[in-house]
This record gives sequence, C-alpha cells and structure tokens, in this order.
Amino acid sequence: MKELLERLEDRFTVTESDVERDNLAFITLPSKEVVQAATHLRDIEGFGHLVMISAVDYIERGIFQLTYILHNYDKHSDIGVRTEIDRRNPVMDSIHHLWAAARVYQQELREMFGIDFPGSPRVDEPMILEGWDNIPPMRKDFDTKKYAEETYFPREGRVTYDPARAMEEKNYPLEARVKKRIQKLLREGKDED
Amino acid sequence: MTEERNMNEEFEMDELFCTERPKPVPPPTRKIIRDFYNWAQANSLFILAYGTGCGGIELRPLFTARYDISRFKILPRPTPRQAGLFIISGYLAVKSLKRVIRSYEQMQNPKFVIALGSCTVNGGMYWDSYNTINRLDYYLPVDVYVTGCMPRPESLIAGFDKLKELIMAGKAEGANRYAEKFDWYKANQKKIIKDWDMPEYNW
Repeated sequence: MKELLERLEDRFTVTESDVERDNLAFITLPSKEVVQAATHLRDIEGFGHLVMISAVDYIERGIFQLTYILHNYDKHSDIGVRTEIDRRNPVMDSIHHLWAAARVYQQELREMFGIDFPGSPRVDEPMILEGWDNIPPMRKDFDTKKYAEETYFPREGRVTYDPARAMEEKNYPLEARVKKRIQKLLREGKDED
Repeated sequence: MTEERNMNEEFEMDELFCTERPKPVPPPTRKIIRDFYNWAQANSLFILAYGTGCGGIELRPLFTARYDISRFKILPRPTPRQAGLFIISGYLAVKSLKRVIRSYEQMQNPKFVIALGSCTVNGGMYWDSYNTINRLDYYLPVDVYVTGCMPRPESLIAGFDKLKELIMAGKAEGANRYAEKFDWYKANQKKIIKDWDMPEYNW
C-alpha cells in the first residue's frame, strides 16, 4: 500500500493521504484530477471495482467531500479517493464512462445533495423523491424535523423519554427522587419542603 | 428506451381510466341478506400481495407452512382486481404511497385495509423523516391497526380475527368512508404527492 501511495504521489497532486490498514488507504486529490486518478487506478493499478461514491456536507467549511471507494480483487485492498468541491457550485466530473454503475450513485447524489454530474445518463430524473420542490434533503441546512411536522400530519401525544432517566425512575423510584431533590438543592440553593 | 417513452406519450391515458367518482354502497336492508353478505365477506379475505415496508417479511411465514394463513380462508392474490384486503406493512414512503393509492382504488368493493406496525399509526421510528408519512388514516381508510415494530405473525393473525369480527358486525365500512370523504382524502394525498400525474379517479 505504501508503494502504491508513493506511485500515486509521483503522478498526482495528493494533498493528504492516510493509511488506515494494510489494505485500506485514503488519498485526497483536487477535484480536477479525480477522473484521471480513477482511470489510472482502474487500468494500471488493478482497482477494477467501484464500491461506492458517497458525499459529506461540510456546511461550516462550505464544501462537499466526495469519496470514491475502489476495490482491487487481486490484492483484496481498497482505496478511497477523496475530493472537495465547492458547496455553492457543486459540479463534479462524471465517471460513468469508467464504471456504468456510477450513474446510479451520481443520480442519487444529484437528488439527495444537489451535486451535478454533467453528461451522466438520466442524472436529472427523480429516483426516490418524485416531484421534490425543496432543497435537497441530505444537505445540512435542510431541517428534516420541521419539514416532516409541516407536511405529514404528526399524530398528537408523542412523548420522548430519556431512557436512562425513565428506567431509573421505574426501577429505583426512591433513589431517583432523592437524586432529584439533591440536584434541585444544588441548583437553587434551597429545598422546598 | 427513448422509443418506448415516445410510445407512452402517444397513449391517451384518460381513456384507460374510469372518470366516475366512487359511490358509497349501502348495505342490504334485509337483515338476513346483510348477515349472509357479511359472513361471506369475512370468510373470503384475499390479500393483495404488496409489501411496502419491513412488514412485508412477516407475510412470508404467514403464507407458508409455519403459520399457514389459508387455514383461516385467507389467500394472497397477485393483482388488486382480485384482492379484497390491503395490508400496509410498515413505513410508507411518498413514492410508494402513490402506488398504494392506485392499487387501493383499483380494488373492488368490499375492500378493507389492515395497517401493520407503528409506522402506520404515528410514523414509528421514521416520524421525522422527510419522505415517509406519519399517519396512514389521512390517506386511506384503515379498518384495523396492528401495532408493534414489527408485529409477529401471531399478532397479524389476531388482527385478521379482529377484522373478521368487525365485518361480521357490519362495522368495516372503510370503502364507504373513503367514498364519502373522498375530497378530504384526495386533498391530503395531493398535499404530499407533488407530481400528481394520476387521473383524479383511477379504478
């Protein structure tokens, strides 16, 4: 894995690389070099299988981080190619010409994160969200709970219990009461009774 | 692919659907005939084999040797036109709700709905999801709820017993409720199904 990373560093501008295990490493590349690197990895280094493409929304840094995970069947090793793209203009080069299966991931990323892959087949068609007219739901600035409450007629009477506290009150009622009193005493400085 | 799509566009979709609104069917006035109808309906429940959520997996042991639901005169049917009982088995995404509504409307009277799992009651563990409904009874008339996450096949059998009781007592009037409050149901359905490309009445 070390040699592979050295070979890749000679060829591409690897800004960051970390080896997780003997058979798993991640490299970070500029977004323009990802297609080149994927082609190189597939055709020369033997990473013939695209495991997945995933995205993470780093809203505070203003980027989407894309991860392409590739698998080498001969050496049973994986490599993750990470790249960062601008959140305001999320456009990425398509890799559907390298792996036909990539089109599904790209369609899903387009739907869930709004990342565009120009040229990818059927990328604009809805996959799960038919007729979605809001911002893409997997983005961090989409308030899922608020949307669900406004849209789906929530049933009255849903209560949430802190499991630790509820079990304490059920199994050790006396201790729980004493604990509550002590906490109140510490908080307010005086006891009611 | 493109050729197929062009062919579909040439179809006049409206010709394939009935434009008649559903009408409530009053039960027979004579008690003996009404009781006979109810008895017959309760003993020929044909399930539409459509698993929406994780509850679909509970239907397999139910149909096969372990629980063998045909002992109770209940059988799976492949098409909505032959089925009388719709089991909504678990969470319902908006995309599958659209298919469920179409299938429900294609079923013939008398038809019943069993809602399986807590997802259909109040959303269950998907209550704050962007894509799953919370309450099924806003979109389809539900006759029996079976709670649990997921309920075992035994509780589903108990649900069938309850439904049979309701039918025998003449209280399982979901289809009539749907016809009477049709505009309300349609308004709720259209609120969440944004790309409404179905005809208004599609059976």
